[in-house]
Amino acid sequence: MTWGWDNRDRILDLALTHMWLSAIPIVLGFVIALPIGWYANKRRWFRGPILSLGSVLYSIPSLPLFVILPSIIGTRILDPTNVVVALTVYATAIMVRSACDAFESVSGSVLDAAEATGYSGPQRGFGVELPLAGPVLLAGLRVVSVSTVSLVSVGALIGVSSLGSFFTDGFQRDFTTEIMVGVVGIVVIALLFDAVLVLTGRLLMPWTRATARPRFERIRSFRYAFGSGPGS
Amino acid sequence: MIEYRSVAKTFADGTEAVNDFSLVLPSRTTTVFVGSSGCGKTTLLRMVNRMIDPTHGQVLIDDVDIATRNKVKLRRSIGYVMQHSGLLPHRTVLDNVGSVLRLNGMSRKEADRRSQEVLETVGLDSSHASKYPSQLSGGQQQRVGVARGLAADPNILLMDEPFGAVDPIVRDELQRELLRLQHDLDKTIVFVTHDVDEAFLLGDQVVILKQGGEIAQVGAPADILASPADEFVSSFVGLDRGGRTLHVEERDGRSIVVDASGKATGVLAR
Repeated sequence: MTWGWDNRDRILDLALTHMWLSAIPIVLGFVIALPIGWYANKRRWFRGPILSLGSVLYSIPSLPLFVILPSIIGTRILDPTNVVVALTVYATAIMVRSACDAFESVSGSVLDAAEATGYSGPQRGFGVELPLAGPVLLAGLRVVSVSTVSLVSVGALIGVSSLGSFFTDGFQRDFTTEIMVGVVGIVVIALLFDAVLVLTGRLLMPWTRATARPRFERIRSFRYAFGSGPGS
Repeated sequence: MIEYRSVAKTFADGTEAVNDFSLVLPSRTTTVFVGSSGCGKTTLLRMVNRMIDPTHGQVLIDDVDIATRNKVKLRRSIGYVMQHSGLLPHRTVLDNVGSVLRLNGMSRKEADRRSQEVLETVGLDSSHASKYPSQLSGGQQQRVGVARGLAADPNILLMDEPFGAVDPIVRDELQRELLRLQHDLDKTIVFVTHDVDEAFLLGDQVVILKQGGEIAQVGAPADILASPADEFVSSFVGLDRGGRTLHVEERDGRSIVVDASGKATGVLAR
């Protein structure tokens, strides 16, 4: 492990880059998917097509996407933007389904009650619908987070540095320690992000802990996490 | 005063819920719409706060056609209590009760103070104030629902089968509580139920509805029992089954009230 100590600056540096490259797509994916999911829940005809589109996008293998993106969006080959854009597409694709489910999970009678007691449209949307969709949104976001953190490493294959660079480097030099450092680093970041999400959820949604969490939610996150994903 | 003028409602799918309904609901009294499902009673109730707009006719509150009033503002001026409490699950009891006050722009501090006060009025211990609705029993949730309806001190209180989903003992308690509240607060209450006993207990004016919002009979409970308009009413209020046809039998010097099937239902007070 002396290798790790000797290279601590580089490890830290790549870990920070890795966090940035993951955080931006996670946030963007969430922000883009939210209104789409909300709208898909209002206009039912929109739901089928948008979910199919999400599935199609999510099934594109990541490596080819990284490679062809520059010719589509006009970036340079080695630009980290390619990775960020590609991962935002994946994050949005997963998150749209979660967002649909999340808004669908909000009880119609509660919304009706809010309207009847005098909530205006926007007040109801932000004050009732969004917070009540929160638990399912969070479950989706946790899956997006883990998936994105792990996918960032694929960018190393096209020369965008991240903790994934330790894989490519380690493989070339047949140096297991370096690969292990990369693996452990990515797992730590994934856990860190997950912890931040869970804590934020607890702070923003104190009522969920007052009641037992519905079981289907956990099953759903499980399905997302271990269902088919993009190949690399 | 609430007035329905030749009101009709046909829903988008073609269902005719109400057909030419006219009625005056006097201020500071309780009017109960009672009928079996599909009689349009909830449709009529929801017309008062414009949750449903009539396709024909007008609804007036104090001689003002409510179609001319802003929906959101109108709803904030009318209390609404519904069957499954309709409380916001992500808000505490106190915040639920104060929600309308906050929407009306009252400061949090003032809203909390007023909410505490209303919770006390409906007989809910202040130790529940910081709980979430899911931590309360069904009966307690309904109390909170009533408190929320009363928080902004509206003149009108709409109640859509508010006690329909609680067990009989709690329902009995909540009904008594509502009578006490109404005695103190003097609201104009519009109450919807399918339970005739509840209608007769709570209503100053009872409106018995047939399908399509057709009025079978309107009147005070005693008047309806004294002279039911037709066989439908007799049967609906239970006069034909003998449960309400009572006679007195003397037993050990006391007068026992017995129904037509021979069941002793009570003792005549002297």
